[in-house]
Amino acid sequence: MKPFQRRRRGAVVASFQLNEAQLVANLVRQVVELLLDRNAPAASEPDPLAQLIGMTGPLAPPEDPVLARLLPDAYRDDPDESAEFRRYTEQALTSGKVENAQIVLETLASGGLELGAPAVEVELDEAQLLAWLRVLTDVRLALAVRLGIETDEDAERLADETEEAVVAMADVYDWLGFVQETLVDCA
Amino acid sequence: MTAPAPVELVQPESESLVQLEDPWVTIVWNDPVNLMSYVAFVFRTYFGYTEEKSTELMLAVHQDGKAVVSSGRREEQERHVQAMHEYGLWATLERTEV
Repeated sequence: MKPFQRRRRGAVVASFQLNEAQLVANLVRQVVELLLDRNAPAASEPDPLAQLIGMTGPLAPPEDPVLARLLPDAYRDDPDESAEFRRYTEQALTSGKVENAQIVLETLASGGLELGAPAVEVELDEAQLLAWLRVLTDVRLALAVRLGIETDEDAERLADETEEAVVAMADVYDWLGFVQETLVDCA
Repeated sequence: MTAPAPVELVQPESESLVQLEDPWVTIVWNDPVNLMSYVAFVFRTYFGYTEEKSTELMLAVHQDGKAVVSSGRREEQERHVQAMHEYGLWATLERTEV
């Protein structure tokens, strides 16, 4: 991969190997799937009036720990206030995350992923850059939950991990952190 | 040069003092995932804070485990918390002890 850099004329570019681009797209799709499992755009036929005033959202925090991190409570020690907040905001938060994910997938596709190009050239304008930053965050948050990273010490301990599957996932997590760091530098 | 004309001042009752800021705050909590550079970027771009203030707040989150990044009316802080969640930062709001 050639990391993100800003061209003199403004656009932010990076070059991914095909397998790297496929990996990113795959992880992004998994996060989208999780989000839509909980808040499908047309999962049910809700009361149109309730829908009109935005009262269709769920009240309880997600049981899945990844979703609980992506859609966190807004009040730390107040489940009732958190539920009320969630009911009015969770669906908008979800659709924003899904829209950002679509942008990432589109930029990968137009960079050559769809054609199976050996190098996928991603070029981003400012809005796309912001979407990428947010999506990389969501994917890294999701991976961190699955890797059991809850504290700074957990993250360090992961370096001593020997189980192959965990090591592979931890490598992906670290690599995405590197990708994001180069993108923040361009922002 | 000018000076205000003397007027008779009515001392306000302390109860009737206007509260300029409702005591609600947005708190961002430390997490082991978000990059320090990204957190500072969020404070800079979303709140419009200077580079210096954004870095200061980011370090406070990192070192103290949390930082108050904004205060004011409740509805406003709710919007900020929602925005932080859009960025993937872990944020909550609460009423401050007065």
